[in-house]
Amino acid sequence: MPTVLSASHLNKFFYDPAKFQVLKDITFDVQAGDFMAIVGKSGCGKSTLLYLLSTMDTEYDGEIEMAGTKLTGRSQDFLARFRNEHLGFVFQFHFLLPEFSALQNVMLPGLKLGKYSDKEVEERAMEKLRLIGMADFARKPASKLSGGQQQRVAIARALINDPTIIMGDEPTGNLDRANGDNVFSIFHDLARKGQTIIAVTHDPDFAAGTDRVIEMSDGMIITSHENKGQ
Amino acid sequence: MDLHIASQIARTHLTTKKRQTLVAMLGVTFGIAMFITMISFMQGVNQFLEDSALDASPHIRLYNEVNTQRPSLIEQLNPGRFNVVYHQKPKDEQSRIKNGLTIAERIEREPGVLGVSPQVATQAFYNNGPIQLSGTISGVDIDRENRLYKLNTRLKSGSLNALKTNPDGLIMGTVLARKLNVRVGDKVTVTTPKGTTRVLRVVGTFGFGVGTVDNTKSYGNLSTVQEMLQRDPSYITDIHIKMTDPLQAIPFGQKLRAAYGYYTEDWATANTAILAGEKIRNMLTYVVSITLLVVAGFGIYNIMNMTVINKIKDIAILKATGFDARDIVAIFLLQAVFIGFTGGLLGLGIGFGLSYLLSIMPFDAGDFLSIKTFPVIFAAKYYVMGLLFGVTTTILAGYFPARKAAQVDPVAILRG
Repeated sequence: MPTVLSASHLNKFFYDPAKFQVLKDITFDVQAGDFMAIVGKSGCGKSTLLYLLSTMDTEYDGEIEMAGTKLTGRSQDFLARFRNEHLGFVFQFHFLLPEFSALQNVMLPGLKLGKYSDKEVEERAMEKLRLIGMADFARKPASKLSGGQQQRVAIARALINDPTIIMGDEPTGNLDRANGDNVFSIFHDLARKGQTIIAVTHDPDFAAGTDRVIEMSDGMIITSHENKGQ
Repeated sequence: MDLHIASQIARTHLTTKKRQTLVAMLGVTFGIAMFITMISFMQGVNQFLEDSALDASPHIRLYNEVNTQRPSLIEQLNPGRFNVVYHQKPKDEQSRIKNGLTIAERIEREPGVLGVSPQVATQAFYNNGPIQLSGTISGVDIDRENRLYKLNTRLKSGSLNALKTNPDGLIMGTVLARKLNVRVGDKVTVTTPKGTTRVLRVVGTFGFGVGTVDNTKSYGNLSTVQEMLQRDPSYITDIHIKMTDPLQAIPFGQKLRAAYGYYTEDWATANTAILAGEKIRNMLTYVVSITLLVVAGFGIYNIMNMTVINKIKDIAILKATGFDARDIVAIFLLQAVFIGFTGGLLGLGIGFGLSYLLSIMPFDAGDFLSIKTFPVIFAAKYYVMGLLFGVTTTILAGYFPARKAAQVDPVAILRG
């Protein structure tokens, strides 16, 4: 399997309120098709690492390469285009734009990419919603959907441009058991179909269901192991 | 940057917050409506005053000024010495323009000249029984004068032809006639500074709507006034000239002055007060209008700022999913432009309505001005200007919040 993401010697400091090293010499690779979880205690730097990988946080030392493109030192506009094309995000708290329908939320990144016509983007969005079982809610305003439903629509949105990697920041963290399981099973199905997924989580069940777990503590990777059982 | 998606998002933002959008729009609407009303009215007043001044006065007046100072003979021969001359009399000079009729004919042939009217103007006393009023009387060729001032449209009673058939006829300013208590057919005694007295018959009255003319002036026949002044038929004191383009009057006047050596006065010099008033009114209009628009602009700035703060999560999500800074600026700037444009158009409509109401509102200006309603100008350029001002203000007011939105750091928001 080809390497789709490689992080080498990532160091990150916080300067407020005092100088503090959050990430210490993080180096790892992700292969295409990996379903990977980053786990660790609160404050260990796992979310910070994810936001470095997401290209939204550019204040770091070291180098990140994704889909064959070096991303360190690129302009914000370049990174925005790159995110649009190669990355899908699923967040813990902020899911959808409340004024838009579920379908429109899924369509927006696709329209931005501009690779397909509006009609095709709409068809693809419906297809993604069908994939996660939300096709019936396509025309509903996002603000009228429950948290679990919103998170599933957010996954559909992350998929719209067939991204190289889907990144999740505690994707099940704000959901109840049933909805959390539902969201996890969607991730699991996607991983089976070969989608690369990196998720930060502190849910042990979620981590246990992934292919590979990176455990962090105090800004360092302490263990990295494959889940052979799956 | 993709304007299509940006406008779709902007539209959704605007339609979900209808009341806020409306309030922001009304600010612009009010500003533009006031701008349109004020500028239409002020320009109307300017135009009216300028027109009445231009209608009632010649573009150029060529005349001979008699108050020329002249040095005493001894002063000329013995300059710089201690010379004392008591009671030196002014040289007996007539205020006539030599060869006035010939000069008038020559000026008439120059290009750009609409008409020339040579005339004799003098002070006069009008008597009717116990009433004595001072004024002026102009001896004119009434056809030429009519070409310059469209007297037939200014005539309130009587006719111009009556002056031609009656050598002792007199066409009098309406207010003067009213004060003298005379009508068409009545007789008035006119006394000149020379001391000659003549009884003239009023054959018509005219009104320019300008107090200084209607209050004092009368027209008589050129030959009659020449006779009253005991002068020969070539005696001319003033040549009035109208140009096809009033702006050409100023250089042309200077040319005439150089060519004939007489004093010339153009309409701009004669009406300095009116032109200065015009400048002040223009200034006032722009100051008030721009203040209104700036206030509307601050309203939009506030509302857009609030929108950006409310939408900060959405902005973070949009940025995470690949929208760049220019997209975000476009989203919020489009909202401001929409508010400005729609509010502006509405303002143009209301401004037109208000100016129309003003233009039909009765207004009694008394004898001084001949208008029945407020003077208002309806000109497309003010509407274009208003819309342009409105849209510019809103773009400026929308740009700063939009730029703030574009600078939102998604990481700080999304980490919660």
